[in-house]
Amino acid sequence: MELLEGNNLTMVFGGLSALNSVDIKINKGEVLSVIGPNGAGKTTLFNLLTGVYSPTEGKIYFRKKEIRNLKPYEITKMGIARTFQNIRLFGEMSVLDNVIIGQHCRTKTGVFGAIFKTPSTRKEEALVKERAMDVLKFVGLEALHNEKAKNLPYGKQRRLEMARALATDPELILLDEPAAGMNPQETNELIELIEKLNDKGKTVLLIEHDMKLVMGISKRIMVLDYGKKIADGPPDEIKNDEKVIKAYLGESSLKEGRAC
Amino acid sequence: MFFEQIINGLTLGSTYSLIALGYTMVYGILELINFAHSEIYMIGAFIGLTMVSVYKLPFFAALLISMIGSCILGIIIEKAAYKPLRKANRIAPLISAIGVSIFLQNAVLMIVGPQARSFPSGLHITTLNIGGFRISTLQLLILFVSIILMVGLHFLIQKTKLGQAMRATAQDKEAAQLMGIKIDHVITFTFAIGSALGGAAGVLVGVYFDSVDPMMGFFPGLKGFVAAVLGGIGSIPGAMLGGLILGLVEMVGAVYMSRYKDAIAFAVLIFILLLKPTGLLGRSVQEKV
Amino acid sequence: MNYYLQILTVIMINSILAVSLNLITGYTGQLSLGHATFMGIGAYAATLFTLKLHLPFLISIILGASVAAFFGFIIGVPTLRLKGDYLAIATLGFGEIMKNILLNLEITGGPMGLRGIPKVTNIYISAVALFLVIFSLNRIMNSRVGKSFIAIREDELAAEAMGINTTQFKILAFIIGAFYAGLAGGLYAFLFRYINPKDFGFMKSIEILCMVVLGGMGNTYGAVLGACIITVLPELLRSISPVIAQYRMVFYGLLLIIMMIVKPQGIISAPSSNKKEYKNSLEKGGQ
Repeated sequence: MELLEGNNLTMVFGGLSALNSVDIKINKGEVLSVIGPNGAGKTTLFNLLTGVYSPTEGKIYFRKKEIRNLKPYEITKMGIARTFQNIRLFGEMSVLDNVIIGQHCRTKTGVFGAIFKTPSTRKEEALVKERAMDVLKFVGLEALHNEKAKNLPYGKQRRLEMARALATDPELILLDEPAAGMNPQETNELIELIEKLNDKGKTVLLIEHDMKLVMGISKRIMVLDYGKKIADGPPDEIKNDEKVIKAYLGESSLKEGRAC
Repeated sequence: MFFEQIINGLTLGSTYSLIALGYTMVYGILELINFAHSEIYMIGAFIGLTMVSVYKLPFFAALLISMIGSCILGIIIEKAAYKPLRKANRIAPLISAIGVSIFLQNAVLMIVGPQARSFPSGLHITTLNIGGFRISTLQLLILFVSIILMVGLHFLIQKTKLGQAMRATAQDKEAAQLMGIKIDHVITFTFAIGSALGGAAGVLVGVYFDSVDPMMGFFPGLKGFVAAVLGGIGSIPGAMLGGLILGLVEMVGAVYMSRYKDAIAFAVLIFILLLKPTGLLGRSVQEKV
Repeated sequence: MNYYLQILTVIMINSILAVSLNLITGYTGQLSLGHATFMGIGAYAATLFTLKLHLPFLISIILGASVAAFFGFIIGVPTLRLKGDYLAIATLGFGEIMKNILLNLEITGGPMGLRGIPKVTNIYISAVALFLVIFSLNRIMNSRVGKSFIAIREDELAAEAMGINTTQFKILAFIIGAFYAGLAGGLYAFLFRYINPKDFGFMKSIEILCMVVLGGMGNTYGAVLGACIITVLPELLRSISPVIAQYRMVFYGLLLIIMMIVKPQGIISAPSSNKKEYKNSLEKGGQ
């Protein structure tokens, strides 16, 4: 069953199309990776799916509901969460508070509830904190919950971003280059984490350059080049796809071997 | 009567355009509302006044010296108050800018006192009668000088290498840097040009109303910004158009509600923000993620 | 009232102003240059409720604060919907327009202002008011609402991606700030018994901004400290040299620039994270 469907997605910036009539389909429970050379339109695709940009053309359905004109916060509430390529944590806030913020759209304390600390507010706050600690435990950051987010080392910041996205209780989670800047050990831990996520029933859409990671965990891979989809299939098929090899390594390498 | 109001509106509007250009150029590159711009305008007027009344220079020489002085002032402000904050969060340069504005306004107030001075331009001003309509030669002069300055700016931005660098920086700072453009030079230059235009506007308005005082920058500064938003902030032709339209709207509006003349610009700002925040000629800006 | 008690009362009123502007500017990251305008709206409204409708003091100042909050909403909606710093310029313009209106309306007494306000505010009332403001603000800041404000300041786009309706919350912060400022205005009116439009002009707004910047943006107690300093300093200066006190705006301008460049976190910096504790927690299994 498909969870998300994008048809004919096109995004034009000042006359240049960053994305050209791309179709995407994400099935419930799968790990789908989007790969492609720099500037292929991968992050633009993410920004369309999460409502940061509104597509120039095309339609997006999430659980059969059209979402192309929704604001990012509305899309998050519907169950799509994301991380950012260049980490965007709330640096001055604690690790715990970053994750608590993630539950914003699942909670409802307002100004009056906050001032008078009504029983329902107290209950909600206790629950929110407990859930936040659970999520931190899940990604292995619970010991650092009091630390300011900006003081975490790079790899842990990436984890915290995932925890924060996870806290929004999404059905679909979009990870934008989660392994960027990680060492091999950190990458291995990340692979485990994504698999654990997937086991919990979360559908994952991944942008990644690290081929080991992509080939290891994707059920399906979609390849973009110059804003167009040039391939879509299981990892083994993609590995041997001529168009993909050409896009990655250029014409000459075709004779020499495979892309990955 | 109606025709005269139009001419009045265009004259005033052309000075708003000159001010708006300074705001829009700086905003286009730094995304900063340069609150000090209204004080550059005021100090520009004072420099011009000093040149004609103390040094007895002819009007155009005074205008030129005022532009050079404003230009230097703009560069100093940028280096002293904004450059150290290039990497700070968004609100710090904004607060620094309002600080510069308050400092300059009150420093001038302290030096010259609050009373308004007249501006003896030494120009020979007559009123022309064209087919029953009355236009003063001063209005023609202001329109003429404004147009010359704007054409000059247009040439600078469209035809020179420096202008190309400015346009590139406004579009994408990082990419421009990668192409070997020295961002710091471009920013300095932007402040220099914008400030020179602001100083010129100060002199023109000083002569037009025959009055110069330390608080004179407040409303024109605000209106110049409104004109920039109206035309589309970041857009140079937009600033020119926005200024002229705002001048016209104000003059027509003043006929009906003279007490709240200064409120008109504010109403225009609220309307444009509600209806078309990108302004008349602005392009919608997508935040890079 | 004795001079020192009066100063102390003014310090408390100014503290409410500083703390409320800090909510908008320090915590939520939106620059407002018209905070005194909301104070003025609160002062005029509360006064009129008492003088014209003969409402009791308490009800008058709360209604006055609500009127200020309503104006905050009217200004906030068009300007906070958008990215960019339109709030700064809109509040700047709004302040001048409001001054114009107050100067021209009959009911507000024009340039003469309003006189004959009963003297009700005293040190106890203003202390209770300040306490309630800080107490409620602390509760808000520790809640889901306050955390959303800070998230918006830290990264608006990421906040939106976390499901925060950033427009709505920015407007909310602005309304709460305007409410508190209106409350301070009401207290002010019932302290000095006479108000006129000049009391709530741009200069006052800048004074409040200086309190926040001096004490440290994003720090409630810093704002209170800033309010103390900025209230007492002109009094001290006046006793040394009236001329210096008269030109204190020059000093305020410099203060804003220098603080931003040298010590943007203010003279009280937020408690910095404890490096040692961090190391310990790393060793304990932060891996």
